Amino acid sequence: MHPAPSVILFTVLSGLGFGYLAFLGAGLVSASGWAAFALWFLGYALAVGGLLASAFHLGNPQRALRAFSQWRSSWLSREAWASVATLAVLAPVALSDWFGFAWPRAWGVAGAALCLATVFTTSMIYAQMKTVPRWNHWITPLMFQSFALAGGAILAGSRLWAAVLLAGLGGVLAAQWRIGDGRFAAVGATIGSATGLGTIGAVQVFEQPHTGPNYLMREMIHIVGRKHAQKLRVIAFGLLVMAPLAMVLALPPGPLTVALAAAPHLIGALAARWLFFAEAEHVVGLYYGQRGAT
Amino acid sequence: MTCLPVKTDKKLGLVIDLDTCVGCQACVTACKGWNDQGYGAPLSDQAPYGAEPSGTFLNRVHSYEVTPADSPAQIINFPRSCLHCDDAPCVTVCPTGASYKRAEDGIVLVNEDACIGCGLCAWACPYGAREMDAAAGVMKKCTLCVDRIYNETLPEADREPACVRTCPIGARHFGDFADPESNVSRLARNRGGIALMPEMGTAPVNRYLPPRRKDVLAASPLAPLLDVSATGLAGWLDRMLGKI
Ligand code: SF4
Ligand code: SF4
Ligand code: SF4
Repeated sequence: MHPAPSVILFTVLSGLGFGYLAFLGAGLVSASGWAAFALWFLGYALAVGGLLASAFHLGNPQRALRAFSQWRSSWLSREAWASVATLAVLAPVALSDWFGFAWPRAWGVAGAALCLATVFTTSMIYAQMKTVPRWNHWITPLMFQSFALAGGAILAGSRLWAAVLLAGLGGVLAAQWRIGDGRFAAVGATIGSATGLGTIGAVQVFEQPHTGPNYLMREMIHIVGRKHAQKLRVIAFGLLVMAPLAMVLALPPGPLTVALAAAPHLIGALAARWLFFAEAEHVVGLYYGQRGAT
Repeated sequence: MTCLPVKTDKKLGLVIDLDTCVGCQACVTACKGWNDQGYGAPLSDQAPYGAEPSGTFLNRVHSYEVTPADSPAQIINFPRSCLHCDDAPCVTVCPTGASYKRAEDGIVLVNEDACIGCGLCAWACPYGAREMDAAAGVMKKCTLCVDRIYNETLPEADREPACVRTCPIGARHFGDFADPESNVSRLARNRGGIALMPEMGTAPVNRYLPPRRKDVLAASPLAPLLDVSATGLAGWLDRMLGKI
């Protein structure tokens, strides 16, 4: 799949934002006054910034409000509702922290649960795609939750949570790579089943249907990125998990540690998300005889 | 509404005959020609006379080489357009309700005025039947020529899809799969019509007729006579040259 920058930014930033907001909502970060305002502002900025980035992916963003209409069938529509509901529910919690109202924390805990629900709706947009076997697996939602929680814990400045959740993220990501590598074969779609000609004999492309690229090839047949996938995996893993883990364990807790851990984590997350798209093969590539190029 | 209808009264669709299709691309051109001026935004081209032309099409014709285990390879032309699936995943993923499947005849359409151009439906289609128009930013797909098949201002012979009407071979057939005695149902039944990529769970309506088995050239009764061995000078030359 084409790794579009707007979608990478959207999923990484809003996932990080909602993960962090979950920690703030649950009251796992104690701050008051303007310090609380700054913390909440960062959470809202990440979540909303990510959502805005997604609009750049649309052909007709002026009609974006229509995306709220089909929550009964569409995960994208559910995501729209979940994110707006979460931001709305958490607003009074943020005000309470900022002005010291000490309103009941249960409301914030509900908001934290909504944060995780929002991340789940995002992940299901990808996990539901039968056409992209690498994504179409329960490990995909688990991976998105792990990203959100680990990133949130880093920003929340909690050494214990960050260490545990980063380790968890490392395990889940490694599992997602491993499972993902075998998914296309497991699903069993081949050029033979795509054309229905496989029962006659071995099928190969004789001539392409068009000589220039088209939307399908640009959007869904991205083979360039798979070339350095293995090296990128190692780099992404180091930045995403190992570097922040070393920071939170070695340095005393504080804003500087948060920044030093969050910076490599964010870059690693962008790289890992780039791979999530670039490595994912869509079955339509079968018609063009273009898959598995490494 | 992007929930699928429980049942459609008719199941309109196409039968595409891979035995007779010659890959002339007439259906590609006819489809582009008709749908360029009918339903919704025109099918735009980008740099049509430039170095890297590109454009929106609703129907594309591939060519494959298929090699059976016991006979020489054969070339099979393969038109690819929307299969108007019963369990169309392109419909249920749509967040806006722009994509829908009609309860009356099963045609899968896009209401372009509601489409935000998110592209999710094209991701969900295994068959590459949807292309986002780069100029209009909305999703385009085969309409089964809904603006022809019911169009009473056209002569009756023209009330079928442009690709079907134009095919010089008669390799594309249009009809109602819900009626077991329709032309398409009978063709699919008698010729072993194939559903593409059943493992994707889309329950496509369109069927592809597999190529018939080719005759194998029988050995000529005169074949033994070809094994003549030369005698005399020619025979001597043959033996000598064979040794070098
Ligand atoms: S062929 Fe593709 S676009 Fe057409 S109905 Fe099936 S899934 Fe949807
Ligand atoms: S591109 Fe348009 S029709 Fe397709 S899912 Fe998005 S809004 Fe619906
Ligand atoms: S039915 Fe109409 S829109 Fe569909 S492929 Fe044929 S000509 Fe194109």
